[in-house]
Amino acid sequence: MSTDTYNPKGKFFRWMDDRLPIIRLMHGTFVSYPTPKNLNYWWNFGSLAGIVLMIMMITGIVLAMHYNSSADAAFDSVEHIMRDVNYGWLIRYVHANGGSMFFIAVYIHMFRGLYYGSYKAPREMLWILGVVIFLLMMMTAFMGYVLPWGQMSFWGATVITNLFSAIPLVGDAIVSWLWGGFAVSDPTLNRFYSLHYLLPFVIIGVVILHIWALHIQGSNNPLGIDVKGPQDQVNFHPYYIMKDSFGLAAFIFVFAVFVFYFPNMLGHPDNYIPANPLVTPEHIVPEWYFLPFYAILRAITFDIGIPGTDIVLLDAKLLGVIAMFASILVLFALPWLDSSPVRSARFRPIYKWAFWIFFLDCIMLGYVGSQKPEGIMPILGLVGTVYYLAHFLILLPWLSRFEKPLPLPESISNPVIKATGEVGHEQ
Amino acid sequence: MSNRMMSSKITKTIIGVIFGMTIAAGVMAAGNQRHAKDMDWSFEGVFGQYDRAALQRGLKVYQDVCASCHSLKYIAFRNLVDIGFSADEALAIAANYQVTDGPDQFGDMFIRDGRLSDYFPLPFANEKAARFANNGALPPDLSLLAKARANGADYIYSVLTGYEDPPADWDPNSLMSYNPYFSGGAIAMMAPLFDGFVDYADGTEASVEQMAADVTTFLYWAAEPKLEARHKMGFKVLGFMLVLTIVLYFANRKTWTEVNKK
Repeated sequence: MSTDTYNPKGKFFRWMDDRLPIIRLMHGTFVSYPTPKNLNYWWNFGSLAGIVLMIMMITGIVLAMHYNSSADAAFDSVEHIMRDVNYGWLIRYVHANGGSMFFIAVYIHMFRGLYYGSYKAPREMLWILGVVIFLLMMMTAFMGYVLPWGQMSFWGATVITNLFSAIPLVGDAIVSWLWGGFAVSDPTLNRFYSLHYLLPFVIIGVVILHIWALHIQGSNNPLGIDVKGPQDQVNFHPYYIMKDSFGLAAFIFVFAVFVFYFPNMLGHPDNYIPANPLVTPEHIVPEWYFLPFYAILRAITFDIGIPGTDIVLLDAKLLGVIAMFASILVLFALPWLDSSPVRSARFRPIYKWAFWIFFLDCIMLGYVGSQKPEGIMPILGLVGTVYYLAHFLILLPWLSRFEKPLPLPESISNPVIKATGEVGHEQ
Repeated sequence: MSNRMMSSKITKTIIGVIFGMTIAAGVMAAGNQRHAKDMDWSFEGVFGQYDRAALQRGLKVYQDVCASCHSLKYIAFRNLVDIGFSADEALAIAANYQVTDGPDQFGDMFIRDGRLSDYFPLPFANEKAARFANNGALPPDLSLLAKARANGADYIYSVLTGYEDPPADWDPNSLMSYNPYFSGGAIAMMAPLFDGFVDYADGTEASVEQMAADVTTFLYWAAEPKLEARHKMGFKVLGFMLVLTIVLYFANRKTWTEVNKK
């Protein structure tokens, strides 16, 4: 795949190229990178996520100039930003809604990977690095939501950090260590601020590895078949630069609708009430992007012990924590759980259905996570959780063995011609 | 199924899901209280702006009624310029308040007239004093109330106009008032507004509904003072992004013409 067409012109660029070929690297990454020519719009969301990350870091750095991370002053300093800092309202609303936009982009990016089998050989490392980014994002987002120090900030932090108390023997000690005290308080806020500022830089590092791994094997494509030659590919520039630019403009439009007209729709009203350790909100809910995992956390309401005795081996709380972590960690094993040689769901008649049922399962879990655990909700949560894990641990390994895939097309350039339905342009 | 059909199906699914979540969030807010009255506000919508006259009347309602128990701690007198007062008028309003300042050169605190840089004084020295004066209840600060409740504007208006005769099982010795728009129905605040309670400078008749609507507008401004700038900028940004998106759509299509022909 050596289509590196970088040709330094001028004295300075030749001098530079001999010493630090960073422009060559950029050229290879964003200009001459050979890309399958049949990528659809679902492939836009990787670069969108990267751009939202940049927006988050720029707005975040500016917010940090005006924010005060003391528990006594944090809430007031956010109001100071909203009222007295020039365009502070804009910067904060972009940052607050940017978190949601980041997760929208990344979730679509991940579901696209699931549908078209982008996690399969030879792209396992690419997928694994993506899951690492997802984990880091979740940590960053969780700690960022604590910083305004509103009621949902405080109680969300309390609920989530308390999860670690489920760990046998050392759980309580770990929780005190995380808090820096005996409750979520000033030291907790300060360390969350420190880490919230640090982790995005770690994310950038892993994103660079993610892009590196992508460029080793090249992009997957909607057909899921390998590139057979240059006739299947186009250079990243101008083709995907243009396509990504169009997608970016449309995405920013949606982003702006939220920022300018519904800036608080994705947040919780309780977070405009200052944190109060003495008043528990009626209904503690995380941000929408955590709701499916929150549902899994609360799904298990029974202990597992030795039958006929009172001995509890795993209590419900610990089981919930295990289920929640398992639901994320199982993604690391996905490339080996699904060993079907066919990547794209287009040619996997049963997997295509399994994908959509799994997608709906995630939506259902999200809904369950937003509701109080009453009535039918705990049952739905349990069923959804079992199905979520079974999809990866049972269904996919089974499908890999017994599903009969449809015949694959010969190459990317052939079906492209057929799909457009234009006769007379056949090569 | 063709690629295009599949794409549009997926798009519809995602749009459906996002709307579903929105509705779920709305339903969630309802809980054990009556759904707020759906009012039309001048500040709603893409071009929504505050009604200056309503804001100034609302300030009067806050000063004459709410301020005896509720603080408004994020609003300074200088901010009143934003609701249509001149700097001199805002200063005159500030000067009606007595503010504790100091320490002076002798180390003593002293009282002086309010200035533009001062914030609205707090009605109580601390939370204990506030609870003592209100049968144990704490009147919340009003600066952010409109954003700290679901459907903030409708909610505030509904509570202010929503006092009713209590149901049959109501405890007759209760110090609480019955208000079905308040979570749980029992509210420590007695009905605060009565017809003609406030003397409006512009001669508007001070009905309960009028005062409630005015003070709601004022409190929405207090919570979201940059709304007008936001709406104006938003319209420009969306207009620009729409044109840019259309231009890039055609530029992208043109870029790919040759590839798609091959």
